[in-house]
Amino acid sequence: MFRQAKWDEPSIYELSNGREGIRFSHINDAFRNIMGEISIDASVKREKDPQLPEVSEVEVIRHYTKLSEMSYGVDNGPVPLGSCTMKYNPRIALRYSSDNRLAFIHPLQPEETIQGLLKALYDLQFWLAEITGMDYCTLHPAAGAQGELTGILTIRKYHEIKEQISTKDEILIPDSAHGTNPASAIMGGFKAIEIPTADDGNIDFDAFLASLSERTAGFMITNPNTLGLFEERILDIERNVHEKDGLLYYDGANLNGILGKVRPGDMGFDIAHLNLHKTFSSPHGGGGPGSGPICIKNRKVVNGITLKDLIPGPMIYYDEKEGLYKIKWPGRYSPGLLKAFFGNVQQLLWTYVYILSLGPQGLKETGEVSVINTNYFVKLMEKYRGYSIPYGKRFRKHEVVLSSEPLHKETGVTAEDISKGLLDVGFHAPTIYFPLIVKEALMTEFTEGETKENIERYAKRLGEIEDIARKDPEEPKRWPKNTSVGRVNMVKANHPKTLIPTWRIKILRERGLIKTLR
Amino acid sequence: MAIDMEHAWIPNSKEEIKREMLDFIGVKDVLDLYNDVPKDILISEDKWNSLNIGMKRPLDEIEVSEVVEDVLNKNIVFGPRKQFIGGGAWPHYIPASVRYLAERGEFLTAYTPYQAEINQGLMQTLFEYQSMMADLLDMDVVNSSMYDMASSLGEAILMAARIKKKNKVIVPEVINPFHLSVARSYSAPHGIQLKKYKIDKETGYLDIEDVKNKIDDDTIAVYLEYPYQFTGVVDINAKALGEIAHEKQALFIVGVNPISLMLYKPPGELDADIAIGEGQPLGLGLNFGGPYLGIFATKWKNELVRQMPGRIIGLTEDSSSSNAYAMVLQTREQHIRRSKATSNITTNSSLNAMIAAFYIALLGRKGLRDVAEAIWYRSHYASHELKKIGLDSPLFTGEFFGDFIVDFKKDFKEIRKNMLKEGILLGIPLANYVEWATESWGLLSFTEVHHKEDIDFVLNKIREFM
Repeated sequence: MFRQAKWDEPSIYELSNGREGIRFSHINDAFRNIMGEISIDASVKREKDPQLPEVSEVEVIRHYTKLSEMSYGVDNGPVPLGSCTMKYNPRIALRYSSDNRLAFIHPLQPEETIQGLLKALYDLQFWLAEITGMDYCTLHPAAGAQGELTGILTIRKYHEIKEQISTKDEILIPDSAHGTNPASAIMGGFKAIEIPTADDGNIDFDAFLASLSERTAGFMITNPNTLGLFEERILDIERNVHEKDGLLYYDGANLNGILGKVRPGDMGFDIAHLNLHKTFSSPHGGGGPGSGPICIKNRKVVNGITLKDLIPGPMIYYDEKEGLYKIKWPGRYSPGLLKAFFGNVQQLLWTYVYILSLGPQGLKETGEVSVINTNYFVKLMEKYRGYSIPYGKRFRKHEVVLSSEPLHKETGVTAEDISKGLLDVGFHAPTIYFPLIVKEALMTEFTEGETKENIERYAKRLGEIEDIARKDPEEPKRWPKNTSVGRVNMVKANHPKTLIPTWRIKILRERGLIKTLR
Repeated sequence: MAIDMEHAWIPNSKEEIKREMLDFIGVKDVLDLYNDVPKDILISEDKWNSLNIGMKRPLDEIEVSEVVEDVLNKNIVFGPRKQFIGGGAWPHYIPASVRYLAERGEFLTAYTPYQAEINQGLMQTLFEYQSMMADLLDMDVVNSSMYDMASSLGEAILMAARIKKKNKVIVPEVINPFHLSVARSYSAPHGIQLKKYKIDKETGYLDIEDVKNKIDDDTIAVYLEYPYQFTGVVDINAKALGEIAHEKQALFIVGVNPISLMLYKPPGELDADIAIGEGQPLGLGLNFGGPYLGIFATKWKNELVRQMPGRIIGLTEDSSSSNAYAMVLQTREQHIRRSKATSNITTNSSLNAMIAAFYIALLGRKGLRDVAEAIWYRSHYASHELKKIGLDSPLFTGEFFGDFIVDFKKDFKEIRKNMLKEGILLGIPLANYVEWATESWGLLSFTEVHHKEDIDFVLNKIREFM
């Protein structure tokens, strides 16, 4: 039986009572005695303090403890969000990534004083290159989507240097791709050309050939794709894209399912990003931060310039003469930086710990068990006629997309209703309504981190939901009942007349002092 | 037959469980599950195991601890009282309760709250971050985070370009060079030109005449860094700059250190259209560059809010009319709008936004003011004392907060190197990073972590080296 905490917890503003949460006793007295009162030019002096809450330390702890009890992560139970790879976040990695010996290293601290850290990051660059079958990696990008942008900017630079950017203005992207892919292509100044998916879950090869042209700057693909299916003609795609002098970009979000089995570099990709907060177990923190290193093949651009010269973001190298690890910042052929300073180093150290713990054997096991878990779940779901598994009979890899369209047609119960029925027994729901090419999609990824028992319970619950939907199709519309709130009113949340994105807007609204947002 | 690879983080790696699952699936060998992968790219077990990955074998937790202890011990860690360096990331005290809350597993291990009902607490925390940040900034809408201030700037420029549909942005000559590099990366594909306006060599304030010369009808945005992170100067012409921007129908973007806003006019009062900032001072470590917290805020105007990048949490109701939270205005985002989205961002810096919420809630109005005043006093005291020993300090005579430039009249890198030997990390050698500085200029920084005796110690050492 699952019952989530249901605190009627006020906002921190309502709790405010003028108490002090932390006291810095007299930290400024000695200075005030010497310097007198603070003087600031009237043109920039703040006259009115911001309306910030004031509560005691124990009240802060209790407030956010209660709020944490109304939150749900991998520590609470399965979070089989497809393409999110929500695996267990090992605490040994937390211990070191939040260590004070890292917390107090300033981003511009001299290289010679941080040789231990630079050596670890240098090793990590190599390990990631080995894992992906690529030549070089930069650990710079802050997340997967930023890795994509980094890759797209590299593709852009490649064509600029070859003086063909005026014709190379299209990036081909399968219609099953993550939404970030087309968004990244646009941010990089390209057009995004969508390639349809064929009935067998591969890209529609004829449509691909028809879209491929002199305009093709690159091809972005995740393999296995978001259906959990391996792109069988990847080598033909590779040959065709390269014939047009396009570059092949690997979206690493789905790498977990092929770890230790097949590598992006061996498939012919030129650029690949990795999501350390997916494949390499750094926690998602309710939405981030993550880390999205990119790795490249050292392909020739023009005489004397290779892709390595284009890589945005710093790379660590070993200076043999001085016997020091050093940072090489992007040079003149690179698009430049994507974030300030080196990268998201807490996530990088986390990954370092994770890879040390598993070694190549453990990473291979990770990939295999994630695939076993997916196909075990697929097999368990075969007997339920309310759910179908579109796009053929092939074995899935890291994830599977179920369609609850049969149940929907029969009872009117939607994928959203089903997801609420899962919440009610203490499971997080899968990713729903994605990929867009599957109706009533339930995109499910257990990862290697889930137990067989929970996968069985999950499948059983989906079966129960089907039964309930047939008996009383209205019942699922009233879910969830066991979470801290009932079904959230999204219309009110988004309506220009009722939208409340901050406390101050709430107050202004109550006083009738804010205009409708239109 | 593969070796037994049972691992504690992979519950079904236990051999008999795995066998049972494979039997149920109906395959003999796990390799059968990869029968659609072309044979010539499948990597053999022998080859994979021979790759240079980790120590080429799994290490147990004790072994891992030994390796990582070694990694961390082979650095010189300057405690907060021993480093006097800022320029976009600053050493600050992180309260114990903030650290504790940040490691609550329900927050730490959660995904983006796609299922609203089971993640209300997470969303309330992010809503409180947005709300408290809005009050600090005096802005109306704040998103639930970008990666860092640099990427916030890149996104703010792209947002201005979507609204104004022209291509010129003017930025201060002394802009943080890392931010400039990022702004260029984001802007270049769209043909957006970044032009610099001049800074007065005496005061460090912007040159209004130069701004008026640089701004034109193609200008979509004017950017102010406030304080300038590589000079520490708080520009008294801030408001005037906004007025010039608005006269030319350009957006006014203001980039801040949130703590400074306890003392200085917030972006809202300066009439900023977009406020960005670096949230690292709000309870986050330095961590050699990240992760930090990109602040992003706008005024309550339709064209601004609709074009905003990133995730926003809103307050609404549930089915029984109780308060409830949800992700709002998602039609701006990539998972819905794909190529028409306002940004590709999805994973952001949520946990750090929550940490900022814990930090602001804990310190409250008084605590934050204490910290802001501590930064002001310490930097002004140090600057004043350095002037006494005949150095140009502060080099720019204008208002400043926390950081300031000193002209040491000899190569600052040498002084910095000597200080390292004394166990002190002193400042940034500006000439390494920007073309407007000379070799003798160092950017020093002081915060609440420094006691008077720490500062006096440094001052004495500087006297010795001069």
